[in-house]
Order: sequence, then structure tokens, then C-alpha cells
Amino acid sequence: NIFHGKWIRLEDAGYAVGARVLELLCHRDKGNRRETRLLGILSFVHSTVWKVLFGKVADSLEKGTEHEDEYMISEKDLLVNKYISIPKDMGTFNCGAFVAGIVRGVLDGAGFPAVVTAHFVPMEGLQRPRTTILIKFAEEVGTTRLLL
Amino acid sequence: MAAIYSLYIINKSGGLIFYKDYGSKGRMDTNDSLRVASLWHSMHAISQQLSPTNGCSGIELLEADTFDLHCFQSLTGTKYFVVCETGTQHMEALLKVIYELYTDYVLKNPFYEMEMPIRCELFDINLTQAIQKDRVALLGR
Repeated sequence: NIFHGKWIRLEDAGYAVGARVLELLCHRDKGNRRETRLLGILSFVHSTVWKVLFGKVADSLEKGTEHEDEYMISEKDLLVNKYISIPKDMGTFNCGAFVAGIVRGVLDGAGFPAVVTAHFVPMEGLQRPRTTILIKFAEEVGTTRLLL
Repeated sequence: MAAIYSLYIINKSGGLIFYKDYGSKGRMDTNDSLRVASLWHSMHAISQQLSPTNGCSGIELLEADTFDLHCFQSLTGTKYFVVCETGTQHMEALLKVIYELYTDYVLKNPFYEMEMPIRCELFDINLTQAIQKDRVALLGR
């Protein structure tokens, strides 16, 4: 897939933003307190980070049903996808990869490494598919939770 | 009932970048629509020279026996014009709406190449909605 390269670059650009957003918000909004719980950091991304980036909290935060340590943040009208029509020959490319990178940057910097990807999910009654940011936490995150 | 026959968008060089017809009146095949586009582009340019007043920006309205043609030119030279039934109201406002849809769904699309034909799904979807809303509003009066 010749566009795989573009996806990687877009995602990496997002990662750089995420790392910095985490530093900024920890200092500004959380009084330099560090989040140590999984649900805490997810809620932080879903509300605080989203509010700063997009002016609103994310539409939904859900736990994945198929696998452990999979979570999904969904947005009906993600800002980076709002005005962009993907050409037919680009297949499954999703500009939400930028936001996926931001989330990965935040989670990585906070000590919760994860693989984060963006997907279009068609919804009943919605003209456009909604964008879902899929977060799959690395194994060490799971073991840390057990130890706590 | 007032109706829109067709919509054209031409780039600053006179090339047709978007064409859509609504109904069989005024429907054109590809070659004819391209010709109409460059014809209009030339007429529009000539009218600026012919105008007896200074600072004329070109034809905004052409009224014929069987149709009206409303044209809006943006500051960048892109022209948006509709061919519609005689006496159709509020076409200037509709053209402005279409201009805004162009800036949102065509210009904000990084995959769109400037001055090239518009192939943006979101533009088509929102354009259809805008025309529908316009039709409904007209019917309601």
C-alpha cells in the first residue's frame, strides 16, 4: 500500500503533538499530578485532552468487547475528517491517524504504552461513518494493573 | 414552481471543474458543458471591458426568454453560475452558500488539486442538501 508511508508520517506528526499536550496539561490542568490508573488516563484523554484540542469532550469512551485492554474513543464528526473526502483509490486511509498519533503520544508519555489506530465505523441513521480511535494497550500495562 | 436547471463551477482559466444538472431541461453532454463553460468565461471577461461604468466585475445576471443565468465570481476568479427557470428568486444567496461549501469541502481537502475537476464526496453530499433545502423553502412560500 503506497499510502502506508503517508499514514506513518501523519501518525508520527500526531505523536509529537501528543507528547507535548501531555506535558502542558499535566502542568496546567492537573497540578503536576501524575495519573497512575488506566481508567484515569483514559478519562483524561477523553475529556481534558479532547476539550483542549477540539473544544468539546469526546462523544464516547467504550471498553472493547472482543479483547482485554482494548478501548475505543469515538467521535461522530472528528475535526480532521470533517472536511476531507478520501479519494476512492486511497482505500482505507483515515486522516484520523493524526489524532490516533496524538493519543499514542499522550499514553506513551504517561507510562501507558499502546497501539492506537483510527477507523471509520458506519452507524445506523448517520449519513457519514463515525471515527473510532482504537487503543490497544501493551502487555506491560495489564500486568501493572494487576500489581496495583 | 421555480427550478434550477444546472450548476457550473469554472476555474480562473475558464476550465470547467464542476457541472451538475437537475432534471432534463438544460442537460448537456460533457463536451457541450465544457464549451458553455469556456464560452461563459470569455463573455464574462469581455463584459468587463464593454461596461460603460468603471470597476465592473462582470455579468451577474443574464435574463433570457426560457432561462435566467446567475453568476458569482469570487475574489480568486473562480466563477459559480446557475441556469434556472425565469424569475427564480434567491439565486445569489444560493450561489454564496455553494461558495461556502466549496471553501469547506473542496479547499479544506488536502487531496484536492487546485484548478482540477472537483471529485469530493462531501461536497456533492452537502450540495445536494443545500439544493433540497432551497427547493423546500421555495415550495413553502
